[in-house]
Formats: sequence, C-alpha cells, structure tokens
Amino acid sequence: MKGRPENLGPEVEARPVILEIEGLTHYFDSLRAVHDFSVTIKEGELVGLIGPNGAGKTTVFNLITGVYRPTAGSIRYEGAPLIGLPSHEIIQMGIARTFQNIRLFANLTVLDNVLIAYHPHSGYGLTDAIFRSRRFRERERVMIEQSQELLEIFGLADRQNDVAGGLPYGLQRRLEIARALATQPRLLLLDEPAAGMNPQEIDQLMELIRFIRDRFQLTIFLVEHRMRLVMNICEWITVMDFGEIIARGKPEEVRSNPQVIEAYLGRQAIR
Amino acid sequence: MRQFLRNTNVTFLAGAGLVFIIVQALINLGILNPYWQGVIFWGAAITMVSLGLNLIYGFNGQFSLGQYGFYAIGAYASADITYRWVRNDPSALVVVIFGSILALIFMLGVNAFLRRFYGVFTPTKFLLNFLAAVLGFFLAVRFVNPAIGQSLYQALNGLPSGISQQIVFFLALVGGATLAGIVSYLLGIPVLELGSDYFGIATLGFTIIVKVLLDNTDTILPFPEMKGARGMVGIPKWTTWPWVFFSFIAVVLVMRNLLHSSTGRAILSVREDERAAELMGIDTTSQKIMAFVVGSVFAGLAGGIRAHDLAFLHPTTFGFLPSFNPLIIIVFGGLGSMTGTIITGFFWIFLLEGVLRLYLPEGFETWRFVIYPIVLLLMMLLRPQGLMGRYEIAFLRRPLPPPKKEPSLAQKLIPEAGEVKA
Repeated sequence: MKGRPENLGPEVEARPVILEIEGLTHYFDSLRAVHDFSVTIKEGELVGLIGPNGAGKTTVFNLITGVYRPTAGSIRYEGAPLIGLPSHEIIQMGIARTFQNIRLFANLTVLDNVLIAYHPHSGYGLTDAIFRSRRFRERERVMIEQSQELLEIFGLADRQNDVAGGLPYGLQRRLEIARALATQPRLLLLDEPAAGMNPQEIDQLMELIRFIRDRFQLTIFLVEHRMRLVMNICEWITVMDFGEIIARGKPEEVRSNPQVIEAYLGRQAIR
Repeated sequence: MRQFLRNTNVTFLAGAGLVFIIVQALINLGILNPYWQGVIFWGAAITMVSLGLNLIYGFNGQFSLGQYGFYAIGAYASADITYRWVRNDPSALVVVIFGSILALIFMLGVNAFLRRFYGVFTPTKFLLNFLAAVLGFFLAVRFVNPAIGQSLYQALNGLPSGISQQIVFFLALVGGATLAGIVSYLLGIPVLELGSDYFGIATLGFTIIVKVLLDNTDTILPFPEMKGARGMVGIPKWTTWPWVFFSFIAVVLVMRNLLHSSTGRAILSVREDERAAELMGIDTTSQKIMAFVVGSVFAGLAGGIRAHDLAFLHPTTFGFLPSFNPLIIIVFGGLGSMTGTIITGFFWIFLLEGVLRLYLPEGFETWRFVIYPIVLLLMMLLRPQGLMGRYEIAFLRRPLPPPKKEPSLAQKLIPEAGEVKA
C-alpha cells in the first residue's frame, strides 16, 4: 500500500485505514514546504514523523487540521475528505492535536482548559445556560467529572484550580495532551511532545503515551526531534527533509539508513 | 441556616433587593429629586451598554467601537414604537415585533439550510441572511400590520390604561433590543471573520453610518417623527425605577449565567488563543458572533431605557466622541471584570453628570474632554489592568469546582499512571 513500509506484518495490514494522505503538496508563496507527501496510517498504530528543522513536519500537521489549505493532494480521515473543512469540524470528526510551542489558555485554570475542549460535546444550549436548566446542571456535572478524571490520569488533579500559565513546563506539556484528549479523538497528533524535556522526563512521557494509547484506544501520529522517544515507541517512522519523504520504515531500519544520517548529520558524517 | 446565608446567590439577591427598596423609598419620599433619579437611570443604562461591550471586548477579545450604534438603534426603535402608540398608531409596534419574529424565523431557516453544505462563502451567508431579514420586515409592513394592527391596538387599549402602557413599554424594550441583535448579527457575519483590528475599524464605520442615518431620518429614511438632526421629541417618559432595576438585573444575570457556562468558557478561549480554540473543536466564528449579538442586545435594551427616561433623542448623543464612553468605562473598570464595569459605569455618570456638572463652575464641561484623556493616560500608566483587573465579587465569580475525593477508576486500575509526576 502507498505511504507505508512493506514489512509491518499481516496483522497490522488487516486493520482499517484511519488516515490516508496522498501527494500532499504545499507552497508558502514560492517556497515549497511540503512536496508529494504520502502516508497511510492504520487504526491503533503509533507512527513517527521525523526530520531536521524546517523539514515541513509541523506544516503537515497544520495541513491535516485545516490550518492551511494544501496546494495539492488529498487527506482522508476514515474515508472522508478533510480538505476545505474548517479546523473545528475536523477536530470534531475525531482528530486532536497538541502544539510544538505550548498553546494553552494561559490565563484560565487547568480545569477550564480541559473543559473548553469538551465544549462541542457539552450537550446544552444557550437557553439552558441562561436559565440554569436541569440539563445544564446535569451536563456540567458530568463534564467536570470527566475532566477531573482526565486530569487525574495526567497527575494534574491537585492543580485543577491553578492558572495554566503558572504551571511548570513539564506539566504544561501534559496539560496540552490532556486537553487534546478531552476533544474525544480517535487520532491524536502530537507535535514535538518531548521538546525541552530532559531524558528522564522523556522516559515518563513515553510511558504516558503508551498508556493513553491503550486506555483511549488511540491512533497516534507524532512529530518529534528527540530520537530517544521516536526510536523507542514508534512502530514505524517516516523521515522528511526539505519537504519530501526520504525514508520510511521500522525504527532500526531508519536509524541505519544512510540518507537519514546524511540529512541529520550532514554529508561529512558518512565518510 | 448559616450555609444558606453564606450562599452567594442569597447574599446577592438580598443585596439587590435592598438597593431596590432603598432607591424606591428615596424616590417616593421625594429625597431623590428627578435630576439625581435621572443620573441613576443613566448610570444603569450606560453600565448595561458597557457590560455588553465588556462581553465583546473584555471577555471575547474582539475590539469593537460599534456599541453606541446598537444603543442608538435600541433607543430610536423603542422610542418610535411608544411615540406612535401614544398617538394611536400601532404600526411601529407591530412591524418591529412581528418583523423581528419573521426575520428570526427566516434567518433560522437560512442557517439550517446552509448547515447542510460545508465551506459556505461568507458573503453568500451574509446575503442570504440579509435577504431573510429584509423579507421578514417587508412582510410585517406589507401584510401583518394592515391585517392585525388595528385589532391589536383595540385589544390592548381595552385593558386598563396602566397595564396596556406597561405591556407596550415592555414590547418596545424587547423590540428595540431584538432589532439591535438582528442588525448586529447581520454585521457580525462578514465582519467577525476578519481579524480583531479590522473588526474595530468596521464597527467604528458602523457607528458613523448609524449616526449619519439618524441625522437624516426625516429626509432619506421614512421616519418624519424622528425629525433627523433636530432631535426626536415627544417620547413618553415611561421609564421608572422598577423598569431600570429589573432590566439591569436581567442583563447582569444573563451575562453571568452565560459566562459561567460551557459557552462562556468557549468565549474566553477565543480571547486567550483563537487558533488553539479552533483546534480544540470550537467554532470560533460563531462564538464571536454570539458574544457580539448578546452584547448588542444589552446595548439595545439600555437604549430603550434611556430613551424613555430622557423623552428626547438627538443624533449627537450617539456620535463619534460619546461612543468611546463604554470603552473608557470597561478599560477603567478592568477588561474582563463585570464588577469593575458596574462600579465604573455608575461612578462615571455619577461623577461627570452628577457631581461635576452641578458643583463645578460654568465652562467646566468643556474641560471635561481635556481631563478624560489625561485620567485615562494616567490609568494606563499606573494600573493598566484597570481598577478591578479581573476581580469579581463572589456572586459573579466563576465557581471553582472542588477537587474530587475518591480515586478515579483509572487510578484504581493502573496505580502507576497517577504517579507519573513531572
């Protein structure tokens, strides 16, 4: 199948496709950010997207979530085309993402940050809110309970009423993932979740990612810089450089691929 | 019992009831003369306008200069309804009320239809909504008014005069507010899709358009009774303290309940980070339109209250310079603080129209426009977050849910998950 390594085994190949990107190309004016990018992800996979700075990794995420409209190519989520949809509709279909540079609602509380992501599922309208109907109280209680449960999983339960911007960096990263999960996704896009973390924190993060994948039955597509994370948890990896895919395969294959080494370390390193 | 008294809702309602009774008693005893009564009414009206703007700018982050335009629409529309009514002409009442209802129904229909497509071009959406609104009011003028106008008039006039007056005044206030809401919705569709700066400029343009139209109501618009730039006289003076008080409380309660709901959180998220909100599945454009419409409805309601207190409307009241008053008030009180807006709104009118006008030497009024900017400048230098920052009294504060006690299911099943600490 296009956009996948060949050797992942029949068990994985038998699963349904969740995300199918074909021939994705995007130009910023005349600058080619992404060129002919194709990836097919099956349900329950944990796929990595790596590449040097400026390779176009985050642009791919922005294209999937409708921040930009691609110049060419197609993106399908569970068979439905995504191109041209506004971002919020794409998210409501079951795709969630985090941001490379943390984008929490910094002046709001930790709990509010998560509750906001529940808004499309709030299940009550303006009149319920204004007249404080029974449905409002009921739904509000359920939303708060669910959010608190999420915060507990991420070890943020005791900080729920703190201002999100005041959290330590590591907790802010986690809150981002918690908030993304509150949108109730089936596909989670993580944009450099380990940025700025030390090796020990990365180990914890890996454990957390594996855990949420099993608990929420997620498919995870992650962009990452840190080899420690990518090589350990991803089932297979796509490597980008200058907007193009230069390699794809299982972690150990990618690691020894000379083209990848060249992209990361420069031509000198190979000699 | 103690728990009951500590309940903020009880405290607030008791406090509000006390204020109501005290002011009513002062009016009845003749201690509060009509001038100071007017100052209080005016303060309430300007505070309602400012609360609406705070919802739009302070809570939703959309810089708007259009608030006085909606204040003017509410004032003139409701004044026209009662003006004509007391002159035995129910047409304005019928057209505004039934036209609004029809327009709302048609607009709902249009939007339900448009929801079936995705990626609808904004001008298309605007045009269809605009046509729906125009059709609604056209039908009201052409068919509804001739059909039921006279019988409605007779039916209402059959009631005791005090009651029919209250009903008509209520409908006039609702009509003015609804009209302001409809206009703001139509303006909001194309304009709120723009970024915040463009939105500010477009709404400023809107205020100017409204002012120019009001200047020419008798020439280019078919409303000779509004008398254009000469000012509209002969509006019945129906605003009383209960009307002011209950409108004000309604505005405060609606705004509070709205802000303390999921929609309110979505409104705040747009202010915090619009892109992130959009990528959390929130339809930011419709949140912005919603906050804009609700804020404008508040302004329209305040306009009706003010018009029937002053009994005289003049386009300069809604001109360029005064239109900055609500902005100054919310910046002073604190963007994103209802408490701050309420305090500053009343204080502003109390000080400028009450104390300074009465007790300072003649000619001071001119100096006011030198003093405002200086005070504002000092405020920005010394306390940029405003008087109250984002402080709220307990009743208006967003409730912080208590932390959960028992360990969650997840923690019980996978104990190590809870232990992952940074």
